[in-house]
Amino acid sequence: MKPVSAALKAHEQVAYVNARLLDPATGLDTPGVLMTDGAVIADLGPQLFADGVPEKMTVVDCGGHCLAPGLVDIRVQLREPGDEHKETIESGSRAAAAGGVTTMVSLPNTDPVIDDVAGVEFIARRAREVKLVKIYSYASVTRRVEGTQLTEVGLLSEYGAVAFTDGLKAVADANVMRRALSYARAFDQVIVQHPEEPALAHGSMNAGELATRLGLRGIPAAAEVIMIERDLRLVELTGGRYHAAHVSTAAALERIREGKARGLKITCDTAPHYFTLNENAVGDYRTFAKVSPPLRSEADRQAVADAVTDGTIDAIASDHSPHDQDSKRLPFDLADCGIVGLESLLPLSLELVHKGSTTLLDLLASLTCRPAGILGLPGGCLEEGAAADLVLFDPERPGRIVPETFRSKSKNSPFDDHPIQGKVLRTVVDGRTIFDADA
Amino acid sequence: MSAPPNSLQNTGYPHRHLLGTEGLSAGEITFLLDLADTYVDLNRQEDKKKSLLSGRTVINLFFESSTRTRTSFELAGKRLSADVISMSVAWSSIKKGETLIDTAMTLNAMHPDVLVVRHPESGAVKLLSEKVNCAVINAGDGSHEHPTQALLDALTIRRRRGGLEGLTVAICGDILHSRVARSNIHLLTTLGARIRVIAPPTLLPSQIERLGVESYFDMREGLRDCDIVMMLRLQTERMQGSYVPSIREYFRFFGLDRDKLRLAKPDALIMHPGPMNRGVEIDSELADDIDRSVIREQVEMGVAVRMACLDTLNRGRRFHEAETQP
Repeated sequence: MKPVSAALKAHEQVAYVNARLLDPATGLDTPGVLMTDGAVIADLGPQLFADGVPEKMTVVDCGGHCLAPGLVDIRVQLREPGDEHKETIESGSRAAAAGGVTTMVSLPNTDPVIDDVAGVEFIARRAREVKLVKIYSYASVTRRVEGTQLTEVGLLSEYGAVAFTDGLKAVADANVMRRALSYARAFDQVIVQHPEEPALAHGSMNAGELATRLGLRGIPAAAEVIMIERDLRLVELTGGRYHAAHVSTAAALERIREGKARGLKITCDTAPHYFTLNENAVGDYRTFAKVSPPLRSEADRQAVADAVTDGTIDAIASDHSPHDQDSKRLPFDLADCGIVGLESLLPLSLELVHKGSTTLLDLLASLTCRPAGILGLPGGCLEEGAAADLVLFDPERPGRIVPETFRSKSKNSPFDDHPIQGKVLRTVVDGRTIFDADA
Repeated sequence: MSAPPNSLQNTGYPHRHLLGTEGLSAGEITFLLDLADTYVDLNRQEDKKKSLLSGRTVINLFFESSTRTRTSFELAGKRLSADVISMSVAWSSIKKGETLIDTAMTLNAMHPDVLVVRHPESGAVKLLSEKVNCAVINAGDGSHEHPTQALLDALTIRRRRGGLEGLTVAICGDILHSRVARSNIHLLTTLGARIRVIAPPTLLPSQIERLGVESYFDMREGLRDCDIVMMLRLQTERMQGSYVPSIREYFRFFGLDRDKLRLAKPDALIMHPGPMNRGVEIDSELADDIDRSVIREQVEMGVAVRMACLDTLNRGRRFHEAETQP
């Protein structure tokens, strides 16, 4: 593979030849060539440059591997401002690039909370300075994520907040949620919920036999479904747009399936750990597998995988939650929740394809055009004139996850040494190669 | 593996630590109980001192207040001639500064031979054991395990009844928060006893039946024909929210009194890990009934069992060291 110079000249034209072009938005899956002109996709197709690539055009030989829209990850924590020892916008961007993610949306649970215009502008400015992947930010639904007073939804939207969420906290008060859903309609904004009834969530793992054996307080699956059921009623009441983050239980998925069938404006996502692991991963008090919501039973894990297959789950997000050692090397109940996920998002998701439970195009849809569509973000498709945000990957290459090699500042992954099949080879944003596995 | 030298014989307990009773074999448990039996005899003599742990250092590290367990371990160590130090650390102050792992590393640098640890968080003792070179005894971690309590309970029953096989043991009270209940369930079922747990549904953990026990909400029904009645302390300090509406209602339905006890076998023994809440989970008069209550005997067995554990882990440690010599 011929390396592309890091500094892209204006209107440099690049031909990605010998590629398997995959566009989940149109169902395209064909061998062919894709050409970028500066920051945009200029042309693509099986017949492009059938008679040879014009001279002076830079050529990238894709070696027959998959060339798809860059991944769109709608749930990441970048820890800047406030916890830069765990992650920064720069280190998080490098992790994203290595994971094939070209667009990500950061949660507002920083210190200070992103609940005003200055916060949204800060993230945007840092993203421009770092200039790797595209970063959008959520703003909080309520000030300081305290769950009481709404943020300036209209102003924040004007300044670039792409949706509203209290991040790791549920909007617990039903009346606040009702007003948020209702008010956000004026600006056609989505409210993203952490669907968990807090009064039932005084615990650190899934309720059940293992929690009983370990002497840990359990969180019942009902904590999730109760909040989803309540919120769907509020969506019906208000006509608002609602997205449920990291859904983890069969019961909640069933309610979402029914809600969609009734025509409600609802969507949801999950993270790879919810269809890859079950509660047994926390056996022996493994805090690296402590997440919120907790890893559930095997039946729930299977239900999440099935819901990705049947499309009930619209999107897969990494739920990237970097933590340093000191936040995890604690007694289980006291350890922080979360898994660092940007660099394992694609290979873990590809397991669903290798197991035969979904097709490559459908899986890519849940990682590109569908999450982009939920939040109205550009990107996520291979289209003439669209931004040249691309990922080149080999879906077959076997390997193992080695957290020590992650670009992220934090290595809190329970997938240490987990066998995988699939590797990101190159990541391109606005026509610039920002990650090259061979470089 | 070559045969170890005579003085460093491998014991019938091949583990480096004692972190819990879950997963211990009947043979391993019996080995510890048999050894403890010999220490019961020693402790009843005028000269109670043995030099087995002479030159060894035992540190009792208690992150949770305790009088009886700490004293029991201290006495056990001293009767075996170990140098014993007890540290009581307020966990609330530790939380803010030094981490548990820092504490472990600091103590480890002082070359203790055995660390005895109590901690209010489930799993904390295991976490600590992974960071030190010495043997670790779990003296109670959160709601998880309290293995020496289960061993002393088993020893008390075995000395009174000759064995555990086929006995019906009712464990009553706050099962949800009880490490004593969990350790006893694992240990007594391994030795062949049938376990019933009796509690209001709010104090029974999820899927407790999967641990091989029967659960009862009706104390009378649960006590019917059982051989052993093991009462648990209502852990008010761990209560969060409304598990039971009032103490008087609790005592009425789940407290042990003569009336309910009548349903158990006529010679059924009453046990309690202490400290008791008289009038909450047990009628005061019953607790003091020397014909039925073996509560004070449990305390005596506690010292013997802890001597057996210290002795065994110390031998095991020397054995493991000898084994790794070139």
